Amino acid sequence: MNADQQARDVKAGRLDPDAYSDLFSDLHPPLDGHEAHVEADRCYFCYDAPCMEACPTSIDIPMFIREISTGNPLGAAKTIFEQNIFGGMCARVCPTETLCEEVCVRETAEGKPVKIGLLQRFATDAAMAAEKQFFTRAPSTGKRVAVVGAGPAGLACAHRLAVKGHDVDVYEAHPKAGGLNEYGIASYKTPDGFAQAEVDYITAIGGITMHYEKALGAEISLSQLSADYDAVFLGMGLAGVNALSIDGADADGSLDAVSWIGDLRQASDVSTVPVGRRVVVIGGGMTAVDAAVQARALGADEVTICYRGPKERMKASEYEQEIAKVRGVSIRYGMTPKSMIVEGGTVAGITFDRGGETVTIACDEVMKAIGQAFVPDSLNGSGETIALDGGRIAVDEEGRTSMAKVWAGGDCVNAGDDLTVTAVSQGRDAAESIHSALSA
Amino acid sequence: MADLSTNFLGIKSPNPFWLASAPPTDKQYNVERAFEAGWGGVVWKTLGEAGPPVVNVNGPRYGAIWGADRRLLGLNNIELITDRDLEINLEEIKATKKNWPDRAVVVSLMVPCEEEPWKKILGRVAETGADGVELNFGCPHGMSERGMGAAVGQVPEYIQMVAEWCKQHTDMPVIVKLTPNITDIRRPAEAAMRGGADAVSLINTINSITAVDLDSFAPEPTIDGKGSHGGYCGPAVKPIALSMVSEIARNPETHGLPISGIGGVTTWRDAAEFIALGCGTVQVCTAAMTYGFKVVQEMIAGLENYMDEKGFETIEDFRGKAVPNVTDWQYLNLNYVTKAKIDQEACIKCGRCHIACEDTSHQAITNMVDGKRHFEVIEEECVGCNLCVNVCPVEGCISMEPISGVDPRTKKPVDPDYANWTTHPNNPAVWAKEAAE
Repeated sequence: MNADQQARDVKAGRLDPDAYSDLFSDLHPPLDGHEAHVEADRCYFCYDAPCMEACPTSIDIPMFIREISTGNPLGAAKTIFEQNIFGGMCARVCPTETLCEEVCVRETAEGKPVKIGLLQRFATDAAMAAEKQFFTRAPSTGKRVAVVGAGPAGLACAHRLAVKGHDVDVYEAHPKAGGLNEYGIASYKTPDGFAQAEVDYITAIGGITMHYEKALGAEISLSQLSADYDAVFLGMGLAGVNALSIDGADADGSLDAVSWIGDLRQASDVSTVPVGRRVVVIGGGMTAVDAAVQARALGADEVTICYRGPKERMKASEYEQEIAKVRGVSIRYGMTPKSMIVEGGTVAGITFDRGGETVTIACDEVMKAIGQAFVPDSLNGSGETIALDGGRIAVDEEGRTSMAKVWAGGDCVNAGDDLTVTAVSQGRDAAESIHSALSA
Repeated sequence: MADLSTNFLGIKSPNPFWLASAPPTDKQYNVERAFEAGWGGVVWKTLGEAGPPVVNVNGPRYGAIWGADRRLLGLNNIELITDRDLEINLEEIKATKKNWPDRAVVVSLMVPCEEEPWKKILGRVAETGADGVELNFGCPHGMSERGMGAAVGQVPEYIQMVAEWCKQHTDMPVIVKLTPNITDIRRPAEAAMRGGADAVSLINTINSITAVDLDSFAPEPTIDGKGSHGGYCGPAVKPIALSMVSEIARNPETHGLPISGIGGVTTWRDAAEFIALGCGTVQVCTAAMTYGFKVVQEMIAGLENYMDEKGFETIEDFRGKAVPNVTDWQYLNLNYVTKAKIDQEACIKCGRCHIACEDTSHQAITNMVDGKRHFEVIEEECVGCNLCVNVCPVEGCISMEPISGVDPRTKKPVDPDYANWTTHPNNPAVWAKEAAE
């Protein structure tokens, strides 16, 4: 029988009930105490360390590793959290292979960098397990700041403002905080409800009031916030996804990868999440890899990532691509989508152009992961329109927007990579800028 | 193929690697396992006089310090001499020597500082067919409180006296084991020589507390909340041992006195260094206690390989070869000028050389050149101290290279001729001499 003629097959519970916990377990199991000490001993405590330079939040990596090696993991956690209050999540999701670990001198020396990410996790896990809080609030300033979006940028900003003694109201469109940490990142990178535990750990400082299901442009407006508060920080991320403009793009079985991952993350039991038998993922970033790997983990037989460009242009790092391959995902390059094959209103396959040749892949589901986009509509009608740059909010080096009293950071601004760690640094730095403006 | 066999005071062994008097040599079982593994000889764990044997603590006996990856660098112990019955030990020594006639079996002894007990024990040891005796004047804990061990070794007159008794009451070769817990190792060595001892062995262990438990505030190892200083050994003590061995080897009074070197011998290289400083055999304990008896095979193979590469056929071919090069500071050539050189290909850019030099020395290594992370020696500042070499994690990356011509630091020509402090114009003794003339 020709593959194209197979009946469409999308269902939940493809695997043995026991298989899921294994397939969705930690991508990198945490280091135990012995492993952490062996690994920490490998750090050379470099001068002006390249790893620290490569970290968008400038964590003093040699110092925290030395603290681990001398039996002071809580001190190590403090060193990390002082620069990056999301140190726990960043330890799990940072592409360390292209940041700190890429420039580790032991990578130069022997091709084996110190496992900085795992050591960071060791320290931050120890502090969180001990419920050790390192920050206390300065005396109240009486100033109030509104933060829009409870993702890494928004909460990093809120935390730093709370430390400085300001009162913060965080407005979040979703029913839960965490942003992409909660709704976007693959389950196997942050299992066991870590994202919420981290939100609780961060907000435990006090002075941060969460307001859920309040979306900018719907329940709240920028003009109102800037009238009511002493300052506003916008960190609402990217609400939109890039559209795939081919025929049949909206057929049943043609899914948006970001919301599919979000649904998966919110499912109380992953075995109840349906997945096709043959899945095609379109895109070349981390979202494409996360969707593809999790589709495989749910029991899809064939998962193929189809990326338009060549291998070296793929945004997912080589290491991420390797993970996908090891987990049974095929990656094909130079594949430009042409049209969806739709039968009876549902997806039956997809056709690509590959250097002038037409390639057809039969499938039950297509997941679109061709990038997210900022939706500026929510900003309009606010009395004043914020200047955009490259389709996102324009900010200066301190995170100030074109609008008075309004700062922004994270994926919604046009600066830096769309990484958790970048969002954290922008939120934190904007808080410092807000603090000096409010103290002036 | 190099011949590793040794003849130390007439005691023959197939190689210079002996196990030191210590826990590994307390029983026939252990010693025979050591011989099976290839050890050339043993010094049997110290025997005391007949009667109820000493007792050991029943809590921890050892403490340690570690380097990276918990590699054991220093070990300390509070164990005493053998706590087994004298008769059992003597029987086992006899049986072991009979089973292993080609290996050296020397017996360590410690009895009260009176002639009669020494005479008595020497007679008993002679009956076992052992090859020699080693007088334990070094044990720094427990026994020293009872007037034995280091308490004898710290008084040259006692050393001489006991050595004389022993030479008088036995025909076996007598080795005196020295304690390093003194200020000048030459004095006890001279005393041993005056007493007629055939050789000295050194170093015994060093007074030490390896750590303080910060919960119980007691030294480690801790016995029910208290601790006592122990004897320190292992790789960490090798530099101290080498120095003391060299002092005896180059002292005109003791030059030529046979030495069995002890202290942190862990690899063939350590052993070769002791031999180069004049030792006829080396004694090992901590390496065996850390890794088991098999380590001797690496030592044998490594020493053979080194000797073959160097063209040394026997141990005697290089024994003592480094002794003439050990000198006093005042005779070092002050016209020898070196500068550090960093191999840029090998450099991994950790920056440790820079920060060590910048913070603690002479500001002679860059960290940035033309806006790039780059570590290079500034010859105008470099005094050639070698600190950068020692802190660099990459072996061979930084080397010290002698220079000629003009020294960029002093802007003066480098004098190609040897000159030392004794004739240096800054030396007050030189002024005094000039004034007198």
